[in-house]
Amino acid sequence: MLIKQAPDILSSQITPENLYWNRRSFIRAASGAALGIAGTATFGGTAGDLLAAPQSDLTDLRQSQFSTADAPNSYDEITSYNNFYEFGLQKEDPKRYADELSIEPWSVRVEGHMNKPAANYTLEDILAPHPLEERIYRLRCVEAWSMVVPWVGFPLGDLLKRFEPTSRAKFVKFETLVRPEEFRGQRARNLQYPYVEGLRMDEAMNPLAILAVGLYGKTLLNQNGAPIRLVVPWKYGFKSIKSIVKIEFVEEEPRNTWNIAIPNEYGFYANVNPEVDHPRWSQASERRIGEFFRQQTQMFNGYGYQVASMYDGMDLAERY
Amino acid sequence: MRSAKTLVFCLCLVPALVLVWDSVTGGLSVNPIEDITHRTGDWALRFLLLTLAVTPFRWLSGWNEVIRYRRMLGLFTFWYASLHFSTYIVFDHFFDIRSIADDVIERKYVTAGFLGFVLMLPLAVTSTQGWIRRLGKRWSILHRLIYVAAVAGVVHFLWLVKLETSEPLVYAAVLSGLFLVRVVRRKLTRAAGHRVPSGETPATF
Repeated sequence: MLIKQAPDILSSQITPENLYWNRRSFIRAASGAALGIAGTATFGGTAGDLLAAPQSDLTDLRQSQFSTADAPNSYDEITSYNNFYEFGLQKEDPKRYADELSIEPWSVRVEGHMNKPAANYTLEDILAPHPLEERIYRLRCVEAWSMVVPWVGFPLGDLLKRFEPTSRAKFVKFETLVRPEEFRGQRARNLQYPYVEGLRMDEAMNPLAILAVGLYGKTLLNQNGAPIRLVVPWKYGFKSIKSIVKIEFVEEEPRNTWNIAIPNEYGFYANVNPEVDHPRWSQASERRIGEFFRQQTQMFNGYGYQVASMYDGMDLAERY
Repeated sequence: MRSAKTLVFCLCLVPALVLVWDSVTGGLSVNPIEDITHRTGDWALRFLLLTLAVTPFRWLSGWNEVIRYRRMLGLFTFWYASLHFSTYIVFDHFFDIRSIADDVIERKYVTAGFLGFVLMLPLAVTSTQGWIRRLGKRWSILHRLIYVAAVAGVVHFLWLVKLETSEPLVYAAVLSGLFLVRVVRRKLTRAAGHRVPSGETPATF
């Protein structure tokens, strides 16, 4: 796969004057404080060092050529305005009820058409060999709002390759944790659970698709899909499944949760496309959280340079 | 009587004041335009149902004085709906007529909401004593439009959410109840051979 440079990035723009960019001093201060507080740890290096402390700092992150130069949204915005129906329907619910979920211990079942044995892999096993990078991505919700999020993660393809998928593996299917005792939305049965999402194999192997374990240099909070979630920046946000407990290599296109819920509104592909309207929202423009004016939505959320070729010859209106 | 009316007037302003307070103290969500849109829409619907509840309440309680508050509640309905509508026009779309027209034509929940608002316009305009006198009997007929506007408002909410329907269904249930009371009463008075006493305006805005 040819890896291209994001067209909107200038080296001079990588460091905007945002508070975020003072994070090193912030992290230094935090780790200084950590010296006095037993149990608070600072991690660096590979993801394997990441243990499930309530919230740990992730340091020495690689920078990515795929990061956007757009100014990131604030940590408060990213962690207080979420769609995560397992915690409830309102945008404030995930933050409000995040503490009801316990993510320790965490394991991910990997199975399906692959040479490696199907098993429950601990989070540590999953993460161990992967160096963490920062990926500052635009996130476009199907509800016509957007954010810019500095994720911390690693390429999904790197993980998938370790399991040696066979030629019968045409799609990758993901599932979110089912635990109604801790997920009030699952108790309320507001959607069909487990939440299921999927990618075509080439989409999953695209270097833009990542598994995120953190944002703003810290491990993910529960409302953002802790401890591990998918991020597919050229697709609407609902494709980026949270709190993953199962990855399966399958032959048939899996039916994703929102497609099951409202088939005429949500398809399998869900590529960001200003030309194809959702029945309830125009997709031509979006409101960036924190900004007053709407802005034009870009085809593939501006990531066409890296992903458009995967859909050559496909009718994007038909396969929404 | 006058002071009671002032009190009700002030109470009706409370949701708007809370909204203003939250706006200036950072109490809105990180998507404030959405927040303002939802809150003003919620209150428009609540006041609409409250307005429609006045007449059944009067029948059931026998407290005829309550009718004096109906116009005020109706006008507050219109006021909150106007805030909702202008938030959409000004903040959400910033007078982008093309995208607004697209929305109204192509998205049926917007069509329903737009229809509800447009239907309330003549009701607000003709709410004065002068218009009531001028229109005579036609006034009550005209003001039956409130029923259509109410249905449009509830449908607007239902079509907006689609999946998470519990909240709009509460509004739908209350509205159905208010309709039911009217139907039952009409049947009962007909059966008893009574006519609605003259001078009493039918169940309207």
